[in-house]
Amino acid sequence: MTQIAYLIAATLFIIGLKRLGSPKTARSGNLAAMSGMLIAIVVTLLDKQILDFTFIIAGMIVGAALGLVAAKKIQMTAMPQMVALFNGLGGIASALVAFAGYRQAGPTRIDVAIAITTIISLLVGTATFTGSLIAFAKLQGRLRKAAGRLPMPKVLNAVVLAAVLTCGALALLDPGSAVWMPMVLVLAALYGVIMVLPVGGANMPVIISLLNSYSGVAAAATGFVLSNPVLIISGALVGASGLILTRIMCQAMNRSLGNVLFAGVGALPAGSEGSGEEPRQVTRYSAEEAAMVMDTAKSVIIIPGYGLAVAQAQHALQELADLLANRGIEVRYAIHPVAGRMPGHMNVLLAEANVSYDLLLEMDAINDDFKNTDVALVVGANDVTNHEAACCKPDSPLFGMPTLKVNEARSAMVIKRSLSPGFAGIDNDLFYAQSTMMLFGDAKQMVTDLIREIKSL
Amino acid sequence: MDANLITAVYIFVLAVFVGFEVITKVPPLLHTPLMSGSNAISGITLVGALLIAGGGDGMVAKLLGMLAVICATVNVVGGFMVTDRMLEMFKKKPETRK
Repeated sequence: MTQIAYLIAATLFIIGLKRLGSPKTARSGNLAAMSGMLIAIVVTLLDKQILDFTFIIAGMIVGAALGLVAAKKIQMTAMPQMVALFNGLGGIASALVAFAGYRQAGPTRIDVAIAITTIISLLVGTATFTGSLIAFAKLQGRLRKAAGRLPMPKVLNAVVLAAVLTCGALALLDPGSAVWMPMVLVLAALYGVIMVLPVGGANMPVIISLLNSYSGVAAAATGFVLSNPVLIISGALVGASGLILTRIMCQAMNRSLGNVLFAGVGALPAGSEGSGEEPRQVTRYSAEEAAMVMDTAKSVIIIPGYGLAVAQAQHALQELADLLANRGIEVRYAIHPVAGRMPGHMNVLLAEANVSYDLLLEMDAINDDFKNTDVALVVGANDVTNHEAACCKPDSPLFGMPTLKVNEARSAMVIKRSLSPGFAGIDNDLFYAQSTMMLFGDAKQMVTDLIREIKSL
Repeated sequence: MDANLITAVYIFVLAVFVGFEVITKVPPLLHTPLMSGSNAISGITLVGALLIAGGGDGMVAKLLGMLAVICATVNVVGGFMVTDRMLEMFKKKPETRK
């Protein structure tokens, strides 16, 4: 009976994920997954194995309250750190369950398979937890950039990982010992920290996807420890999902996973950047001038970046887009896969600002349209628009990265606080092009100014 | 190797393939909800946590179990709620232009 219910739950998870494939069915998909979870929980609670409900009820009430408040209160701009935190909690829960299951089995009944999967669950789950906490702190801006500099990250990584595996092996050889498994736990925690610490802000989409995958792997490993198929299936699904997203994010940045993990924050050879060159000329426009240009345009493509989220300018931007649309101008959005701090982050922000999702276009779908577009409006994005460096400068770190062809638009407007280079520390030729107008200022303030000026035309 | 383990490995491998098939089809538009939704699903570990916390297996196990129940419940409840909140916002608006 219990097993059948678990089967139904696993099926509902798969159906739910499948329905997440289209915005029309996505919400019902989430509901399907939710009911699958409910079935699994209720059936487990009815199980005869459970003798004492005190701790369960206390734990569930506390957990549900925390989860509910977090889900209701969180701002959409802070979604990446929220998901990171949830990933981490899932990871540590899996590790704790595997650990307790291992203890429960007792030294006499532990076979090699259980011991190995316990070690995997402890390693992956705990590393997910501490790694996610670091990611959370970074995304919240609680960690200074200097904190990310570790000496020889690759070596350190390998050493700690080797130590974890050694303790794991010792635990295998000596199942009665109360030392080695806890050691695995502690060292795995350390591993999570040094894995995420050197990773820079713009690489967060990769790390969050990876941690997402890990939380699934941990759940699956715990499923092996408890021989519970629903855990194995769900964990495998989530592990696969996170891995796919990790790969997509890496491709969108043209970096290998190893490069993201070990290259450190903006690791550029010193002095490679424009020193000794003459200061280059930019064309500076005021909001009033820009408004007049926009008013004569027939088509506008908006390119949002993380700066938009930082400035909380998504609602103002949507107002501007509506205003232009009402004047008969075609307005669309071009979303680069790594815009924002997690996969799909920009889409959520703009959806929150009531932008219709059919106007949110993927890079491949819109890139050939830039040449027929009058104005490309870049808001808080930089590296993803650096087509020059990506296509034609083999020595640039951005070389080969898929970029938005903003330079092909008849004119470009870039809203930016200053000329400082982007996260990767690379100058963007787009800013100096003759067809580019630079609008210096805070994104929200500038967009609000543009709205006012266009209204007064 | 015993048959149970082999079956479990089969289940795992097949589920990974199902996961790849299903999730490759999700458009970038929905990647954030996908991530928080799948994240909530990984909170299934709650099932294991319940069994540990409710088992009659000593205080340490119960406390470990309770801690796991708390973490996993935050994961499940928070994950599904926030996914729903996001998906609610994804709307296609009717054309307003004349």
